[in-house]
Amino acid sequence: MTAFSAILKRDLRLARRAGAGAGLGLMFFLTLIAITPFAIGADQKLIARLAPALLWLAALLATLLGLDRLFQADDEDGVLDQFLLSDGSLTLLVLAKAIAHWLVTGLPLSLAAPMLGVMLAIEPQAMLPLMLSLLIGTPALTLIGLVGAALTISLNRGGLLLSILVVPTAIPTLIFGVAVAKAAAAGQDFTMPLMVLGGTTLFALAISPFAAAFALRQARQ
Amino acid sequence: MTDAATPSLWRFANPAVFNRLADRLIVPLAILTALMFGWGLYGAFFVSPADYQQGETIRIMFIHVPSAWMSMFVYAGMSLSALGTLIFRHPMADVAQKAAAPLGAGFTLLCLVTGSLWGKPMWGTWWEWDARMTSVLVLFLIYIGVIALWQSIEEPNRAGRAVAILTLVGAVNLPIIKFSVDWWSTLHQPASVFRLDGPTIHGSMLGPLMIMGIAFLLLYITLLLLVMRAEIMNRRAERLELLAAEAE
Repeated sequence: MTAFSAILKRDLRLARRAGAGAGLGLMFFLTLIAITPFAIGADQKLIARLAPALLWLAALLATLLGLDRLFQADDEDGVLDQFLLSDGSLTLLVLAKAIAHWLVTGLPLSLAAPMLGVMLAIEPQAMLPLMLSLLIGTPALTLIGLVGAALTISLNRGGLLLSILVVPTAIPTLIFGVAVAKAAAAGQDFTMPLMVLGGTTLFALAISPFAAAFALRQARQ
Repeated sequence: MTDAATPSLWRFANPAVFNRLADRLIVPLAILTALMFGWGLYGAFFVSPADYQQGETIRIMFIHVPSAWMSMFVYAGMSLSALGTLIFRHPMADVAQKAAAPLGAGFTLLCLVTGSLWGKPMWGTWWEWDARMTSVLVLFLIYIGVIALWQSIEEPNRAGRAVAILTLVGAVNLPIIKFSVDWWSTLHQPASVFRLDGPTIHGSMLGPLMIMGIAFLLLYITLLLLVMRAEIMNRRAERLELLAAEAE
């Protein structure tokens, strides 16, 4: 467990100190949302209708874009070899990295979403459910991306490939995440999609760290 | 290697043994495939009646339905090969996996294109975000991902293991994706779109359809053997080039 918390702390510290590492995902998210009205037009009603989908798509992209470097930096400076050599569970170490990644991308995104929701004229009663859906759903995106990051570790420009590999698997999260916000905006009960969304996250939690750790081991043979 | 005590599948772990088997099987299989296609297509175009509702367009189904079956069958086969690669380290599982991916993607694309051709006169649109079509599209995207990963990692053994993990993750997620797409589709779609499967299929159509199904399966097996043989030769050629370069 000490290795777990050490990696968590290290990754958070790296994110805080290495330039704008942590802020970058959030910045990207803001920029993406800010340019959408230029593409769609200033039609307030249309934007409000698209808002949940836009926020979720932006969250997906912001999460994926940072992921290709998740293991690569560790691979380059030899930390990954230490992970593989250590007698601790590689699955747990990988999970620690995923949690650190979510804390610096998914969490800030989710917290910033209501503010952007105001800009996108989303229904007031949908603000909190939207934030809740992102809080519950974005860990699934990070976890799914974790497997992609482990598979593409040896590739120099794995970013695009990672997105191609990962996006089909993220479809359920996207569907139910948007469904929560849409149901809330229409004043309907959103318990069911929210619970299924939680289910996708738990499922990803149950599978991804194992698959990612396995992929990292295989990459070194 | 060919010791009688070893399990039979391991005999084909030797690429030379496998290739000899492939050499012997490919031509008869190709002839059988052609015969089955001849029989099935004749049945589909001349024997089977036009549908009272869909008219002649029903004949697209004789290509569309078997390719839809194959799109799923090939993925199932790929998943089994992936297990063979990861658990048993069977070298032919690795090669089968690699050979199957483009074939599966091809069948899936054929299914999507023929579905689209059928949809234009029947539904009045080339594409409908219907649950089934969307699921097949996602399956196609997964195939594309698998092929892309194969092409990105140079070293064949490492590529094989990475792709095997991806294939299995995809296999585990496919039912969930299917469920969520179904749910999403009922949410977005008016229920008026009439069902693809329509009334239960008549015997005069079922016969040719089954023959076409068998023809597609045979085609797949023939192509798989061909591509696997080519892949083995390819790896051998690369190996020889490497050895020659080292010897210089």
